[in-house]
Amino acid sequence: MRLYLKFLGIHVRSAMQYKSSFFATVFGQLLTSFSALLVIFFVTERYNEVGGFTYQQILLCASVVWAAFALSECFFRGFDMFPSMIGNGEFDRALLRPCNEIFLVLCSKLELTRLGRLIQAAMMLIYALPRCGVSWTLPRILVLVFMLLGGMAAFSGLFLIYAALSFFTLDGLEFMNIFTDGGREHGAYPFAVYGKPVLTLLTCIIPLACFQYWPLTWLLGQNNSLLCALAPAACFIFLIPCVLLWKFGLRHYKSTGS
Amino acid sequence: MIQVQHLTKTFRVARRSGGMKAAAKALFRREYDTITALNDLSFSIDDGEMVGYIGPNGAGKSSTIKVLSGILTPDSGSCLIDGRTPWKDRVAHVREIGVVFGQRSQLWWDVPVADSFELIRDIYKIPDSLYRKNVSELAELLNLKDIIRTPARQLSLGQRMRCEIAASLLHSPKILFLDEPTIGLDAVSKIAVRDFIRTLNREQKTTIILTTHDMQDIEALTERIILIGKGKVLLDGPLNDLKAAGNDHRSLTVAFKGSFPETLPEGVTCSERLSERAVLTVDTAVIPVSEVIASLSREISIDDLSVSGVGIEELVVDLYRQYRI
Repeated sequence: MRLYLKFLGIHVRSAMQYKSSFFATVFGQLLTSFSALLVIFFVTERYNEVGGFTYQQILLCASVVWAAFALSECFFRGFDMFPSMIGNGEFDRALLRPCNEIFLVLCSKLELTRLGRLIQAAMMLIYALPRCGVSWTLPRILVLVFMLLGGMAAFSGLFLIYAALSFFTLDGLEFMNIFTDGGREHGAYPFAVYGKPVLTLLTCIIPLACFQYWPLTWLLGQNNSLLCALAPAACFIFLIPCVLLWKFGLRHYKSTGS
Repeated sequence: MIQVQHLTKTFRVARRSGGMKAAAKALFRREYDTITALNDLSFSIDDGEMVGYIGPNGAGKSSTIKVLSGILTPDSGSCLIDGRTPWKDRVAHVREIGVVFGQRSQLWWDVPVADSFELIRDIYKIPDSLYRKNVSELAELLNLKDIIRTPARQLSLGQRMRCEIAASLLHSPKILFLDEPTIGLDAVSKIAVRDFIRTLNREQKTTIILTTHDMQDIEALTERIILIGKGKVLLDGPLNDLKAAGNDHRSLTVAFKGSFPETLPEGVTCSERLSERAVLTVDTAVIPVSEVIASLSREISIDDLSVSGVGIEELVVDLYRQYRI
């Protein structure tokens, strides 16, 4: 973590080399954070009662998914740039450092712009929590935190798969966005509203529902099964095949000519 | 100690002919070529040796370096460096090696070099006292004092290369891989870099593996060369052997009038030819120089003529030709 902060320091200093660009970014970030307020306004306009969930409950659902996505994006979006890292040989360089290669990819692209989105998601969550009709007891708060962490793990796993696939092919990976950006967009509603097959897919294969729909029903008192409260654990288990796929891809890494 | 045995690495590359039609076809059905980058490669290098690793473009030099430094996993074969297999034990292995890619920077582009050095210190967890000692030594030897506070992007190529080399040595590696360290440098910088490499090898006993196309580098630095072509070791031995092989070769520069003969006597190859000047390489084991001159003067009128020993550059070209690579 300390090393991560050092990398962050280098990136901030790099950004500061370009004075006007730096100030423009800072200003832009302030604007983005401000726009969070607008987002909340529009979200409340947009969402109505769907599939047996009240508008407040959907707001909670949306803010959890967005916060989880923003957290994961904040750390793991470096993998988005991964194909270009392979292309320009930067990944070769990373492999020459005595650190975990996943960590080094995370460190290679740190963008301050992501902080803005994080602030935005946090503000939404703060707005939603007291208004969603859940009385917050300690176990419920713990489950909420667990949902956030699980969501972060699930999205990070997806980013990792995206990067691992780029060891094999550098194009046609856009379909992964169905699950990452798509997961965020559609995750604003509990996945149950999309029907049984979608819910099953997102529970058993790509565990997006495990940190969203299932614990949500527990929070809202629709379901008292402890299994539902602990469902986000599946997201952490999901990380294991993701890391294995990454390791497998790494063995097939071809590098580029120089 | 580096021991490489029967290393093989192949790449599959998509192949298609140019044009829209071929591109459309490739969408559905790709044809692949298998390229053998390393083909049953074996050699060993002792601690403290300085080895020139040479070969034409595409011979597998970079692939070898990448396998030895743990970036690539070979298809088969083994490689032990101080008892470790690079691609299996990557993290422990890279702590002991330094790599300089002449064409790729490891410095952070926008921050002063000193900041990059400090980040490298943190990545390698170099103890503070060792770090300070190394930085001051390297700054002294490579003459970095005035440029260490400058952002990397504002450095000249020669200055940057000196910083790159320093950055690769901050953690006191036992083995240093230099991939074309003098590419694009002017004469002064080249000599500075060479001097430094020589000092490093002599005083720190660092094992150095140098790939380069610059034969002066090889001549100035290494005693042993490994020549590879098409992924195979073609020649592994002291540089002097190679030079000795060149002893019976002479280079003949002729300025002439008239049409140059199409066929040359056996043992003579034409390495350069302009309308009124030609450079010939003569293998004196096959034909004496005097006979070549005699034969030439029968066909053309010679204006000027000079004979000299063959440079290492021509020797290597000759070797490439001999092995058909």
